[in-house]
Amino acid sequence: MVSSPPPNEDGAKPAYGATTEWLRNEGAACDVVLSSRVRLARNLAAHRFVPQSDRTQRQQVVSLSQQAISEIGSCVWIDIHRTNDLEKQLFVERQLMSRQHARGKLAGGIGGPDEPRGLAVSLPDERVAIMVNEEDHLRIQCMRSGLALSEALAAADTLDDELEARLEFAFSPRFGYLTACPTNVGTGARFSVMLHLPGLKLLGDIDKVKRAAEDMSLAVRGFYGEGSKAIGDFYQVSNQTTLGKTEQVLLQELERDIIPRVMDYERHARRTLFEKRKSTTQDRIMRSVGLAKYVQLISTEEAMEHLSMIRLGAAIGMLNGSSMQAVNKLFLLVQPGHLQHRAGHALTQHERRVERAAVLREYLRDVG
Amino acid sequence: MLCECGKNEATVRETVIINGKSIEKNLCEQCAQDLGLAPTTHHPALHELVKQFVHEPGVTEAQPLKAEEIACSTCSLTYTRFKQTGLLGCGLCYKSFEEQVGPLIERAHEGATHHVGKIPRSALERSRHGGPDRLEILLGTTEERLRRMGELRRQLDEAVEAEQFERAATLRDELHRLDQLKPGQVLPDEFSSTHGEE
Ligand SMILES: [Zn+2]
Ligand SMILES: [Zn+2]
Repeated sequence: MVSSPPPNEDGAKPAYGATTEWLRNEGAACDVVLSSRVRLARNLAAHRFVPQSDRTQRQQVVSLSQQAISEIGSCVWIDIHRTNDLEKQLFVERQLMSRQHARGKLAGGIGGPDEPRGLAVSLPDERVAIMVNEEDHLRIQCMRSGLALSEALAAADTLDDELEARLEFAFSPRFGYLTACPTNVGTGARFSVMLHLPGLKLLGDIDKVKRAAEDMSLAVRGFYGEGSKAIGDFYQVSNQTTLGKTEQVLLQELERDIIPRVMDYERHARRTLFEKRKSTTQDRIMRSVGLAKYVQLISTEEAMEHLSMIRLGAAIGMLNGSSMQAVNKLFLLVQPGHLQHRAGHALTQHERRVERAAVLREYLRDVG
Repeated sequence: MLCECGKNEATVRETVIINGKSIEKNLCEQCAQDLGLAPTTHHPALHELVKQFVHEPGVTEAQPLKAEEIACSTCSLTYTRFKQTGLLGCGLCYKSFEEQVGPLIERAHEGATHHVGKIPRSALERSRHGGPDRLEILLGTTEERLRRMGELRRQLDEAVEAEQFERAATLRDELHRLDQLKPGQVLPDEFSSTHGEE
């Protein structure tokens, strides 16, 4: 099937509302694990990699990929080089693509905003997102709510087969799937799990997790991936190596070995906070609730900090059930791109702070 | 200056708002973390890791050839350029710079030198009709395949030793799968693509 029109043309705009797969808050272990993601890096055989391609070559890769993706169906195609900044920011905030893809710039200053590149997204669930011409020709992403890496891998694997039936991928017996950056060769598979760890943060035990993860050569990053801060106490744990282990082994190291340990640490921390430091914890949570209900001006980072406390309160049963839903929506709605999307036009930083406070007050009216 | 706890040197200065008044606090790392005020540490992007490897003396200098002057014959990327960006130019760069990039890859992937895991399914299916040569392009020489299976066996032994039975089972399946992929042999049905388009 040919994909439906891109959301940046004509009036058929997808809603891009307050929910997306990774914020559904469903699935296994969702009190601690927000989402599971698998990303496969693939390149077309007999085509130069993105960093060494000129415009014409990049356009060729875009056309071939767009054709293959449209034959498979289920995804909407977006020409990122023709998309305005606001919309690009929206895609980044919804974790459908990287900041790097929004900018179009690669390591070493290669490329620019006008370089031909695309994004294919499955709507309305947003479970699949394929970046075309980011650092590699294809970055196939499958996302699931909660702890569900196996499910995400199965989906990515099937999609990879469907694409490979139509496109020949660069592959060598020794190095496996060939990628622009040698750190991604082999399986080309990056598994990551997004964790909410406010308990460990409050107890000052986050470094324990970081050390445990790093001992197993797993990377710990913030909310928006590489180099980003752990805003709102969200941490992303993922595999560093991609060569020499099968996809299944890489997955198991994360899902069976490290994540259950971290979940135990976090749940234990939450119990400690609730049982041994109850009044202090209650005070922190209720201060955040109070602030969110009456605040008039607020930055993204501060909003995320308080939302994290409110989510903790909901998770340990200190706050009513509707709080969790409201908070999960707000993690997206307080982001700059989403505020401007809601307003329908660009906002200054000050205007965003005003709007953000208004959104918090509106959504958290009934929380307590 | 000592932290409020009186135990450690204060290294974090933070302004906190208490009852509407802003108060400047001088805290130690531990107390700052207790209050959720400690700055988070960043991790180097993967490119940075590659760059660190490339720029480490001994990695490039140990090469007998003047690696900087080498260029890929297919995409004309020079090794100098690769050192700047950490990115290769085409699939054949892996051959052109094998001598230089091989050790980097080994270090970036904890000593791994060969791929194990997924092999493109449609390509595998197509090579069934193309004879042993086509299959060798995907699977490598007999020597390479034996090496890969040896690596899997080593991982399997490790998993059994550590009583990681689930992992051991996964590895055993993979070994079995690879064992069936011998050039010149008809592939078992499980390898045929279920999405045949031809
Ligand atoms: Zn102290
Ligand atoms: Zn090349």
